[in-house]
Amino acid sequence: MDIFLQQVINGLVQGAIYAMVALGYTMVYGIMGLINFAHGEVVMIGTLVAITVVTFLLKLGFPVWLAGGMGIVAAAGVCLVLGWSLERIAYRPLRGAPRLTPLITAIGMSIVLQNLAMMIWGRNYMTFPSIIEKTQYEIGGAAFTNVQVLVVLVAGISMGGLLFLVYRTKLGMAMRATAQNPGVAGLMGVNANRVISSAFVIGSVLGALAGVMVGVYYEIAHYQMGFMLGLKAFTAAVLGGIGNLAGAMAGGVLLGLIEALGAGYIGDLTGGFLGSHYQDIFAFVVLIFVLMFRPSGLFGEKTGDRA
Amino acid sequence: MSTDGEVLLAAQAVAKHFGGVKALRDVSLTIRRGEIYGLIGPNGAGKTTFFNCMTGLYVPDGGGFVFDGAPLKADAPHQAAERGIARTFQNIRLFGNMTALDNVMVGRHVRTEAGIFGAVFRGRAARDEEAAIRRRAEELLHYVGVADRAEDLAKNLSYGDQRRLEIARALATEPKLLCLDEPAAGMNGAETEELRVLIEGIRADGVTILLIEHDVKLVMGLCDRVAVLDYGALVIEDVPSVVQHDPRVIEAYIGVAA
Amino acid sequence: MNPLLGALPVRKTIVYVLAAAALLILPFVAALGGQAWVRIVDFAILYVFLALGLNIVVGFAGLLDLGYIAFYAVGAYLWALLASPHFGLHLPFWVILPLGAIVACFFGVLLGAPTLKLRGDYLAIVTLGFGEIVRIFMNNLNAPINITNGPQGITLIDPVAIGDFKFSTVSTLFGITFSGPQKYYYLLLVLVVGVIIINIRLQHSRIGRAWQAIREDEIAAKAIGINTRNMKLLAFAMGASFGGIAGGIFAAMQGFVSPESFSLIESIMILAMVVLGGMGHIPGVILGAVLLTVLPEALRYAVVPVQKAVFGEVLADPESLRMLIFGLALVLVMRFKPAGLWPSPDRRRELAEKSR
Repeated sequence: MDIFLQQVINGLVQGAIYAMVALGYTMVYGIMGLINFAHGEVVMIGTLVAITVVTFLLKLGFPVWLAGGMGIVAAAGVCLVLGWSLERIAYRPLRGAPRLTPLITAIGMSIVLQNLAMMIWGRNYMTFPSIIEKTQYEIGGAAFTNVQVLVVLVAGISMGGLLFLVYRTKLGMAMRATAQNPGVAGLMGVNANRVISSAFVIGSVLGALAGVMVGVYYEIAHYQMGFMLGLKAFTAAVLGGIGNLAGAMAGGVLLGLIEALGAGYIGDLTGGFLGSHYQDIFAFVVLIFVLMFRPSGLFGEKTGDRA
Repeated sequence: MSTDGEVLLAAQAVAKHFGGVKALRDVSLTIRRGEIYGLIGPNGAGKTTFFNCMTGLYVPDGGGFVFDGAPLKADAPHQAAERGIARTFQNIRLFGNMTALDNVMVGRHVRTEAGIFGAVFRGRAARDEEAAIRRRAEELLHYVGVADRAEDLAKNLSYGDQRRLEIARALATEPKLLCLDEPAAGMNGAETEELRVLIEGIRADGVTILLIEHDVKLVMGLCDRVAVLDYGALVIEDVPSVVQHDPRVIEAYIGVAA
Repeated sequence: MNPLLGALPVRKTIVYVLAAAALLILPFVAALGGQAWVRIVDFAILYVFLALGLNIVVGFAGLLDLGYIAFYAVGAYLWALLASPHFGLHLPFWVILPLGAIVACFFGVLLGAPTLKLRGDYLAIVTLGFGEIVRIFMNNLNAPINITNGPQGITLIDPVAIGDFKFSTVSTLFGITFSGPQKYYYLLLVLVVGVIIINIRLQHSRIGRAWQAIREDEIAAKAIGINTRNMKLLAFAMGASFGGIAGGIFAAMQGFVSPESFSLIESIMILAMVVLGGMGHIPGVILGAVLLTVLPEALRYAVVPVQKAVFGEVLADPESLRMLIFGLALVLVMRFKPAGLWPSPDRRRELAEKSR
């Protein structure tokens, strides 16, 4: 019980980030049946853009809150355009193609974005300028910081906003309809293109926010960070039930907890054979288990195959 | 050929539901060896669901089937074929990008053995088996009347030819029971007549036939016995002349007893 | 009908003979550019081997495998462990290679048994995860017992050897001098020809037809009696075995292995060779493998001088430019030639219709 609470706290924060990124995957998959491999890279670009903008503005003498705010706006803006372009240029022409084609395209775009980022920002790790004065608090023997609180708050608010959008607005209804049955939704006057673009755009903005949170929380960023983060967030989406928004959020938090607790206890569990550098494996193991035993995820519906 | 009355397939209280919809309610019927057995009913009555349960594509929620003396395992479609049940599909499921000949040749899979070593080393036995597969496939294409399209891709065949090809592929599995799911759909009078002749020929060659059809004339003229499903339940199972005049059947189709 | 050659059309035979001759002298032509180019050719053939192995899984059976590199890794590390100073074992190739095939096959079945029933893209992700898990284990199995030597990898690996005849050193046979890479070339050529023949025979057999049926319509395949589960597992296991053998030869040729060589991008690369080349079509897959091995190398030589000529300086580092172009190639080919550069004639029609 010594590190339990600490790991839970860490897991919740990490999970909040996974949840934000997972939403991007789940929205696109729910509507198009496509795994947007490039989403992780969009998040990464959000982080790097934020770092560049914030560093630049701080150097110019902008106050911290303004620089931070503009950083977020810049990241969101760039990712918005990026997500929109991805869909418009790479995926839209492939609608109706067999599954493998858009998957390979997505992989290709992921590689393109990763290497573009490397060419623009270089190979080295970059530090996020510190714009928040860190204060530490304690609860029940575990420590947490105001930054961690911020991350969870931002995640909570943005996810709440998304739920509002999806369940209380016309666009949201259109999105839900298209996810259920694109053909009929089209017949009812829903513009599939607009809905799909919206899904990408919203997912990308959320991803940008997540990217900024990653930067602020971990304080470092790297052009390759998108891959692992993306894969884990996708795992979270599957865990929660792909296509299901609440599921993606729950899945994200759950995965964060599993990783944190697993990394904390794995040494004890395996008698010292496996150490915490095996942390990354947890996500994969979870993924494999979920897909094997409950492919519809925790909250997804079981879909059968009607012959 | 006379039906010797021996039961080939017995459905026992088969039930299946999808969510709240009861697609099949305790359906029990028997198909005798050597007969042509018709299964009719309005759309949505559960005929294809029954098919799918029998051939292992769906798992029944209740009841089961006994085929040729032994129970049929659910959820193992390839085993149904191994045991001797072959089927065609309502929406034609051919292997579109394979030639007509290949489609029938792959139908021989379940009765042949060549594995990896046979494929790679092509020993005597494997080569002989491959030649036999090819010969039989060509025979079957001839039998159903699409021999001239042997080298064409299945998806490029005409609708009628595709239906016949699907039957040839099913026959390649050497079935004891051949299940045809609306084989006459979309056919005109002449084609339907050809189909009728083909089906009778298949029966004459020793295969029992289960036929789902909407073409009432075809069913009543061809089948030895007919079962009627309505809303998932069996309404009647008897010879055509009796079924045709049963008020419940008329009500099911038209709505009100005459 | 030509009395000498029987039923073979004359033109086709001449093409084959010329091709064979070209292949025989290729290592010496390549050596004109330096031994580095012979090595590149060797790797091209090794990748043809790998791509053909993956082709059985993806092209014949239609299963999406994004973690194929794991089997390559297993084969490579097995050779490294059994033929190097690491454990002090020096087993010969005719023990290790078949063992590599068997162990890789075992992993293939282990991975495939629970997962092959999954839908296309889910299978892709699961196999991706498996590939990564293998890499992470290779990277970390150096404590408490040192099995894989972690990120540093294993060095001083024995080359392929028949008695005293080592493939890594220079030898003179029949008055011609062969360098190590050139000797490996002929070994690889023989092996790859064998793999090609196996592939062709598989494709046109009862098993090949069953795989094609599964790829076309799995439900119909089940309905006509194909045990789809076992057939998919068979494809997976065969592909894995080929990967295992290729891995062993890789370890021997390179002399050292480390987890870096077995990353996700490698799996993607091999998949790209199959898909871009022409899925399921053996000549296309070979073309894809050769292009994707040779072009990036050629690019590497051209990138710096071209940039210097156009921009006056090197703006983009060759490695990332190479990968960028690879990514773009994936996107562009999928957009404009989704059936691949050299698909089988039916496939081209199938995909052209679908994307209209």
